[in-house]
Amino acid sequence: MSESAKPHHPIPQAKGEKSHGNDFSYVGIDAILEQMRRKAMKQGFELNIMVVGQSGLGKSTLMNTLFKSKVSRKSAQPNPEERIPKTIEIKSISHDIEEKGVRMKLTVIDTPGFGDQINNENCWQPIMKFINDQYETYLQEEININRKKRIPDSRVHCCIYFIPATGHCLRPLDVEFMRRLSKVVNIVPVIAKADTLTLEERDFFKQTIREELRANGIDVYPQKEFDEDAEDRIINDKIREMIPFAVVGSDQEYQVNGKKILGRKTKWGTIEVENIAHCEFAYLRDLLIRTHMQNIKDITGSIHYETYRVRRLNESNEQQQQQPRIVQANGVAAQHEALTHEM
Amino acid sequence: MKLPLLDTESSRGFILRRTATTMASTEIARQAGEGARAVPLAGHVGFDSMPDQLVNKSVNHGFCFNILCVGETGLGKSTLMDTLFNTKFEGEPTQHNQPGVTLKSNTYELQESNVRLKLTVVNTVGFGDQINKEDSYKSIVEFIDAQFEAYLQEELKIKRTLHSYHDTRIHACLYFIAPTGHSLKSLDLVTMKKLDSKVNIIPIIAKSDAISKSELAKFKIKITSELVSNGVQIYQFPTDDESVAEINSTMNSHLPFAVVGSTEEVKIGNKMVKARQYPWGTVQVENENHCDFVKLREMLIRVNMEDLREQTHTRHYELYRRCKLEEMGFKDTDPDSKPFSLQETYEAKRNEFMGELQKKEEEMRQMFVQRVKEKEAELKEAEKELHEKFDRLKKLHQDEKKKLEDKRKSLDDELNMFKQKKTAAELLQNQAQQAGGSTTLKRDKERKNFF
Repeated sequence: MSESAKPHHPIPQAKGEKSHGNDFSYVGIDAILEQMRRKAMKQGFELNIMVVGQSGLGKSTLMNTLFKSKVSRKSAQPNPEERIPKTIEIKSISHDIEEKGVRMKLTVIDTPGFGDQINNENCWQPIMKFINDQYETYLQEEININRKKRIPDSRVHCCIYFIPATGHCLRPLDVEFMRRLSKVVNIVPVIAKADTLTLEERDFFKQTIREELRANGIDVYPQKEFDEDAEDRIINDKIREMIPFAVVGSDQEYQVNGKKILGRKTKWGTIEVENIAHCEFAYLRDLLIRTHMQNIKDITGSIHYETYRVRRLNESNEQQQQQPRIVQANGVAAQHEALTHEM
Repeated sequence: MKLPLLDTESSRGFILRRTATTMASTEIARQAGEGARAVPLAGHVGFDSMPDQLVNKSVNHGFCFNILCVGETGLGKSTLMDTLFNTKFEGEPTQHNQPGVTLKSNTYELQESNVRLKLTVVNTVGFGDQINKEDSYKSIVEFIDAQFEAYLQEELKIKRTLHSYHDTRIHACLYFIAPTGHSLKSLDLVTMKKLDSKVNIIPIIAKSDAISKSELAKFKIKITSELVSNGVQIYQFPTDDESVAEINSTMNSHLPFAVVGSTEEVKIGNKMVKARQYPWGTVQVENENHCDFVKLREMLIRVNMEDLREQTHTRHYELYRRCKLEEMGFKDTDPDSKPFSLQETYEAKRNEFMGELQKKEEEMRQMFVQRVKEKEAELKEAEKELHEKFDRLKKLHQDEKKKLEDKRKSLDDELNMFKQKKTAAELLQNQAQQAGGSTTLKRDKERKNFF
């Protein structure tokens, strides 16, 4: 997948010997690209990102940095209180953002309270349930007889998992969570607050994490089995050798060498967020937004959602065969609840 | 091993609107776009590459477009397709010897720059040829429905591959109107009325070089008014997108397009152009003064191909789906209790149907096996009979042979006896001769008695 940052409008004359109109060997089939682009610009895009990690790992800041605006839940609340909730909450905030005529509906789903309790058993369950609920909503709409022209897509496209920068290895909680969730959603693990690691520590940590992921059979995005062709595989292999990205987030600007850049200022220096020598934020941003966004959505739609759908329809078949025709109002829903918690 | 970094641009102020919703862990997230608040967006994020990403994905995947050409025999349907897409699609013209209306569908892979298009052209063979044309439209409607049905089946499958499914639904129907110059034929009206809710109809006047310009204008007006008065919904080029609204609305007023098709090239000036050459002049296909071919190509391919596909999917297909499912008795009642009875009952019905088919197949197979057995038995019987007959005949033959042998033997015996008697008689004769002449009488007598 090779694209440029600026939207490129294909002009027929630029393509080889074909010229528009006068040359009768030109039919105009490639004008469909332009038509698709127009349609896409008119419809706009949707993206739903979930951030998961213990409190204090900089999730909200990273979201703000990624989208260069105050998209996190803390900024949405007028008087943010710093309290750790007793149970895991799922907070979803939607924004309509626009850049160069491209409109996007961005939904950031935050999970305060994850991994913060003393006993963190089953802390992934509310998250799993939320993700499955989104699939369920989409499925219900798709099955309707009178359904909307464009089914609103609230499915979680990508889940960014924050790993604290301990420098040693993954914690059991991390392994458990990623193992379960990598089956239902695209997981992008990142090392949070990576400015506490030196470069050697960072490389060692990353290697350990990669080995542990491999040993536990955890498939994070980009998954090897969904590479479409050789070209994809080469690009994705490069990415796979870099994950998890070691990121630093910041929404404050400082002056460095006469330029205003985002960074963290400390007594011993200023960490530039977008400088790849300092941290890998830029790679994360490029992956998520500039190059692989469509691919992430495609995998969610055609693989994770389809897997859910198959499971759901099969279990509904068995259920219908066992129970009499009169299904209670919550019969199906109850079964569904039981299923999600089994994971 | 560094990923290529994409350039960052200087920031500009963009309007940001957002809403916040909080839920406990048991609630489902709501998407709300209301309650706007303006907050500046600082810096270039980069999601403006999304259209590019989407387009690239589609390019890799390829496109698919299906055109149905409906029109009487001899209106130049195949030629027009050849002209539109600049290729010779079929080797030889279709055989028009079927009794009813048949639909012939051909798929071609075209490529232009980096765009791969899977084009399917469906032709109606024998449309309007029958004496009684009441049922002409039926096979067309059935064909279109069959494509919708195939897609619906795929969509309702449990394990489905919509991503790689070859979409055969008809995206555009070019209706060829004969250039009579007067009005629409009743066959045209009836057919278009039946098709307008199933497919995007684009009416075109075929072989329009048979009509003069003034007659053409009147003809177009007559056709349009007839279509309107009969409530036929033809495809309107969309006017909601500002970039194409103007050109589309202009083109809408030129419907139906008067086209001329030709794959032969004639030298005009110093260029070779597609044209039809007559003794009194040459009709140039791509000359907008001569015919509306360029307009048709522009609208059909260069401007609205994607919209045609979208309309097919979101309007016509949805309508078909809704009718089909309601027909099968499903309703959108409580979202909780009945959603899946649709899906799985459909599957159950399908399985039932398949089961029945299989049962029938089994029955037929059994019957076939039975018949084969019977025939075999019959043949065996016949064989046995033949064998028996053969044996009998053989026996007869042997009996006959034996009789003959016996007869021959008895004949031989008689012969021997005769010989013996002959020799004995000769001996006696000799003896008698030696004994004298007195015994001659006796010998004569004996001789007489003997013979």
